Amino acid sequence: MPVPDIDARTLSIVNDLKGLEGPLLPILHEIQAEFGYVPEDCLPIIARELNLSRAEVHGVVTFYHDYRRHPAGRHVLKLCRAEACQSMGSDRLAEKVKALLGIDFHETTGDGAVTLEPVYCLGLCSTAPAAMLDGEVHGRLDDDAIADLVAEARR
Amino acid sequence: MTVTIFVPRDAAALAVGADKVAAAIEKEIAARGVDARIVRNGSRGMLWLEPLVEVRADHGRIAYGPVRPSDVASLFDAGFLEGGAHPLCHGQTHDIPFYASQTRLTFSRCGVTDPLSLDDYRQYRGLTGLEKAISMAPAEIVKEVTDSGLRGRGGAGFPTGIKWKTVMDAAGPQKYIVCNADEGDSATFADRMIMEGDPFVLIEGMAIAGIATGATKGYVYIRSEYPHAIAVMDEAVRIARQEKILGASVLGSAYAFDMEVRSGAGAYVCGEETSLLNSLEGRRGIVRAKPPLPALQGFLGRPTVVNNVMSLASVPVILDRGAGFYRDFGMGRSRGTIPIQIAGNVKHGGLYEVAFGLTLGEIVEKIGGGTASGRPVKAVQVGGPLGAYFPVSMFDTPFDYEAFAARDGLIGHAGITVFDDTVDMLKQARFAMEFCAIESCGKCTPCRIGSTRGVETADKIARGIEPEKNKVLLADLCNTMKFGSLCALGGFTPYPVMSAMTHFPEDFSPAPVVEAAE
Ligand SMILES: Cc1cc2nc3c(=O)[nH]c(=O)nc-3n(C[C@H](O)[C@H](O)[C@H](O)COP(=O)(O)O)c2cc1C
Ligand code: SF4
Ligand code: FES
Repeated sequence: MPVPDIDARTLSIVNDLKGLEGPLLPILHEIQAEFGYVPEDCLPIIARELNLSRAEVHGVVTFYHDYRRHPAGRHVLKLCRAEACQSMGSDRLAEKVKALLGIDFHETTGDGAVTLEPVYCLGLCSTAPAAMLDGEVHGRLDDDAIADLVAEARR
Repeated sequence: MTVTIFVPRDAAALAVGADKVAAAIEKEIAARGVDARIVRNGSRGMLWLEPLVEVRADHGRIAYGPVRPSDVASLFDAGFLEGGAHPLCHGQTHDIPFYASQTRLTFSRCGVTDPLSLDDYRQYRGLTGLEKAISMAPAEIVKEVTDSGLRGRGGAGFPTGIKWKTVMDAAGPQKYIVCNADEGDSATFADRMIMEGDPFVLIEGMAIAGIATGATKGYVYIRSEYPHAIAVMDEAVRIARQEKILGASVLGSAYAFDMEVRSGAGAYVCGEETSLLNSLEGRRGIVRAKPPLPALQGFLGRPTVVNNVMSLASVPVILDRGAGFYRDFGMGRSRGTIPIQIAGNVKHGGLYEVAFGLTLGEIVEKIGGGTASGRPVKAVQVGGPLGAYFPVSMFDTPFDYEAFAARDGLIGHAGITVFDDTVDMLKQARFAMEFCAIESCGKCTPCRIGSTRGVETADKIARGIEPEKNKVLLADLCNTMKFGSLCALGGFTPYPVMSAMTHFPEDFSPAPVVEAAE
């Protein structure tokens, strides 16, 4: 895979978005969409262009659960861990997924295929338990459906 | 005549296979050469029937659900294009008891129309509220909203009209309308559903808010967990701008109002209004002390209305039908209708909009149909992760802000989660503390440290380590958090914890397993 030119792309993203009121989150979202994570090298450029200290930008990146500091697996599986899903057995499903993947939450499988993340509600609480695989939503999960989902992610 | 088939595009419908069903129907239409088209509507809110496919026949719409792709051929064979009988058929959608017994004001169009069709929107009284607002003086609009009795639907229940008046009266070169679409509470999805199913009503409500308060710019801050809502809102804003509903001259009037959609970044606390404003400004989502109120010094330090999606989406119907019409629904100081979100272990989960005043038991047993598992109900959490757990013995509590407060609970965003008798309430109490620890913004000690101590203490109780002493400690921690926290994340986490301890004491006295085995 070609190494993307982080500096140039970052500068171009910042320039596109810095006219917004409160541009930092949109910029970080765009950077993560571009690179799959927020590379450390972006931070000084963003800081310089937005006239912020590097510590401020770092503070924002680390505050939010969405921003990754390292690349994720090829697929990201988010399992809902909130109450409505709990009431429909999501804790047990989570144990099953962890066993199938051999990893815990916040980890990536050794082959780089899947990153497993907890999420606290996807707004699918009446069709619980719910999960999201690469932005696609899945509800009413049972043992079979979650096994299929894991198999799909493993590919 | 072309037959119209409706297949929802609502995220919950997609989560249970609506896209695959739509594809199967598409294929069948082509294979059979019939004259039919598919409209991707929002959800009617009967989520246990999703994917709920409707066919518009000569008279009304006939409902079929839940439809799996493998059912589609048999539906065609049964003549569903003419509303034919089939095991999945529920007759006229309007007559399904769950639907027929509602009072749909805010959700009147959701599931009925094509969300992105302005023609549909107009045909169902869309924009009449905004047209009226344009012909009124700002103070008259604010009075109308005040007189309607509308209270903020985001949780705190603060009167919307009074908030608007503060912003209207505030001086400033620029004012803002910020729509709080962070909807992080478990068991809430009304905001998501309206944004996906009827986005123009939110745009209309925000434009009215702008005209009333003198704000010319609006933001919708949508949580990143809602990619479908973000996409629909983006598209709806684009269409509204193109059709001159938004822009320099709203519907050809002298008022300017434009808006933008922003995405959150996965932090529950950003639903708190000052934290949301910090986030929108590009800062860490840390809660600000009040005063100053956001109404006076909000986004970028300027006068700002921060309102929940439901609050803003309820405004068009108030302007359209008048304050009195809206106020006539409800009980006590809880006026109008409330979109109740019934979720969790429940047979008929979904969105149920009704005037305030139904009892919790009616909602769970009658409308929700009891548990999905068929086991007895044990507990119902009302108001999301910061809401109290109610036992069945308190099912006579009416759905009303004050009635819930009087019983140490809260309505919050009106989400309710049903649990059957397999739930372990000590585990739920522990989770409340854990959630607070994960999501704390870190500004105050009782919340930041107290929640972690709360998890440890709950674990000790579960292991039978000095349970009596640790229960006292847990209650003491709750007390400290309740009175020492700056915002409701730390301040309300005691609700689920204390209610679990108070109403389900048996779960906090684990049998000393080791001794019993000996
Ligand atoms: C931790 C926390 C989370 C909150 N989450 C939301 C939310 O997701 N949506 C919302 O509208 N209000 C939320 N609120 C309430 C807001 O602070 C604020 O009261 C509300 O947006 C005001 O709008 P309203 O008057 O229309 O209800 C939250 C409050 C707290 C303390
Ligand atoms: S209570 Fe918790 S979330 Fe709220 S301001 Fe304090 S630390 Fe932040
Ligand atoms: S609690 Fe899992 S989707 Fe809402």
